[in-house]
Amino acid sequence: MLAMNFRGPFRVRLDRDKPLPEIKHPEDAIVRVLRSCICGSDLHLYHGLVPDTRVGMTFGHEFIGEVVEIGSEVKNLKTGDKVMVPFNIACGKCVFCRQELYGNCHESNPQATAVGGIFGYSHTAGGYDGGQAEYVRVPYADVGPTIIPEWMDPDDAVLLTDVVPTGYQAAEMGGIQPGDTVVVFGAGPIGIMAAKCSWLFGAGRVIVIDHLDYRLEFVRNYAQCEAYNFKEMNDPVVFIKTTTDSLGADVCIDAVGAEAAGSAAQTLTGRKMLLQGGSTTALHWAINSVKKGGIVSIVGVYGPIDSLVPIGNVVNKGITIRGNQASVKRLLPRLIEHVKSGVLNPKEIITHRIPLEEVAEGYHIFSAKRDNCIKPVLIPPTAWAS
Amino acid sequence: MSTDETSPADFKNIRGSEYSHIKGWGIDANPENDPTYPMKNRTNGEHEGYTWDRPSQQEVEVEVLRSVERPNITAAFGTSVPPSGLSGKLRRYAFKSSESDYRHWLPLMLADRVNVFEGIIDDFKHGHVPNFFVERGWTAEWKYNRKEFVTKAVAGVFIASAVVAAVVLLKKNRSRVPG
Ligand SMILES: NC(=O)c1ccc[n+]([C@@H]2O[C@H](COP(=O)([O-])OP(=O)(O)OC[C@H]3O[C@@H](n4cnc5c(N)ncnc54)[C@H](O)[C@@H]3O)[C@@H](O)[C@H]2O)c1
Ligand SMILES: [Zn+2]
Ligand SMILES: [Zn+2]
Repeated sequence: MLAMNFRGPFRVRLDRDKPLPEIKHPEDAIVRVLRSCICGSDLHLYHGLVPDTRVGMTFGHEFIGEVVEIGSEVKNLKTGDKVMVPFNIACGKCVFCRQELYGNCHESNPQATAVGGIFGYSHTAGGYDGGQAEYVRVPYADVGPTIIPEWMDPDDAVLLTDVVPTGYQAAEMGGIQPGDTVVVFGAGPIGIMAAKCSWLFGAGRVIVIDHLDYRLEFVRNYAQCEAYNFKEMNDPVVFIKTTTDSLGADVCIDAVGAEAAGSAAQTLTGRKMLLQGGSTTALHWAINSVKKGGIVSIVGVYGPIDSLVPIGNVVNKGITIRGNQASVKRLLPRLIEHVKSGVLNPKEIITHRIPLEEVAEGYHIFSAKRDNCIKPVLIPPTAWAS
Repeated sequence: MSTDETSPADFKNIRGSEYSHIKGWGIDANPENDPTYPMKNRTNGEHEGYTWDRPSQQEVEVEVLRSVERPNITAAFGTSVPPSGLSGKLRRYAFKSSESDYRHWLPLMLADRVNVFEGIIDDFKHGHVPNFFVERGWTAEWKYNRKEFVTKAVAGVFIASAVVAAVVLLKKNRSRVPG
């Protein structure tokens, strides 16, 4: 089958002869992929920042598809079902899954306890091949995969496997109270969705910070919010303080993660020399610009080693920090309603529909932010009609 | 050398069950006060320990490395790329230490870099010459960033030829020096 193949930092290719995935566990299903996105999280792998990313792996954790085979213990799915597959691999039985922490399953990743299994996301997240391929093995098929409603556009469905729930949970973790000023760092797909969803929790003002003008312009329109370029500020923290009566924002959301720009020292130590779990510039700004007693919500992904953050200010300001991998399965029912009612229009953020065969170009375009790219979707040759 | 290697029997929690000897025990407990609300539907099932009815165990047919922070291999796991070669040796070494230890992550990062070279050798072994230009997606540069791309390429060629010319000149000069 066709499948993306990771060859090393900044190098991926399409293989034409990867063996088809097989049922390895009685609760597995095999899914024929219809759409598969490239995510900002994939860029961390692509840039070589995630430990135990082995050459030969197929990435891809945001995908939808058609069930073509099921294991002996799968009860809720049958062949022919079209499903959206949450990026988290979750057993549904462990103590964490039973409390709806589906991003923190204890039965899907032998290689690490700090993160559950994620499709196509290195061996640190379980060693599963992902969905940037024609077919993919989906473990615990009765738990995560959710039937795509008849009325739903596949482009909306594929964004419900990660981007929408992650943006929504970013806002939810912010504990936004009606009237709150919310600052979102990052105007990528996740930040855009976090800004949009902040209104759903009653935000009084939503401000997005990034340095890519085309994304700022997009989010301004898409999420009806304010958006500012940090390159035009002397100091983003002072900017936020001045625009919030000197008190600071009620809630700050980090939707940037390990590859933040904006500080030469952070970039050098976090992204080039890999002495930290990434560059923490955005998180640093979030902590320093939130109000005393405020909440910092982190969905930006960082590496597993130590990262420099102004922890003293967290203590002195009495800040609550919340973060997690989004619990996609928990949020899906509500988010499907939001798509149905038109409250959310996820597919509008898709800027690039790319044949799976051109996966290497797709990665480069998204990574280098070429052609005003916001969200690229890969489409296998067999899926163009659907 | 000390490592953190664990065996399944190491994992147990010996809890108390009766606290009447502790004055004021639990008088201010407030189960509502949960900073993880609403992300977590709290049941406190953790107090029961690792006792849930586990899913069936996937057969371990390839080498799977296990975090020393857990007693077993998870019921399901990925089999994408089992460890092999020198990078595999480094990965096995890394898994002797915990996720809390640099001796876990640094060898893994090193293994990833070694793995890139193994990948290139492997490609050649299979008669495949890796096309770095295509793998790096530079075909897209040609489409969307042509001017800068061409400028950079020309500058690259220019610098390279300048270096070659300098080396040739130096050599010539040296060969003229008698003795
Ligand atoms: N927690 C989860 O469940 C989850 C799920 C998906 C993605 N993520 C993470 O969310 C992050 C964003 O993902 P994405 O797909 O939007 O990626 P992206 O790379 O498209 O977007 C990141 C944006 O941040 C901007 N940026 C860089 N430095 C900044 C700074 N200092 N301040 C403000 N903005 C800055 C970039 O210009 C870019 O527009 C990534 O770290 C990704 O791994 C987390
Ligand atoms: Zn993602
Ligand atoms: Zn679980």
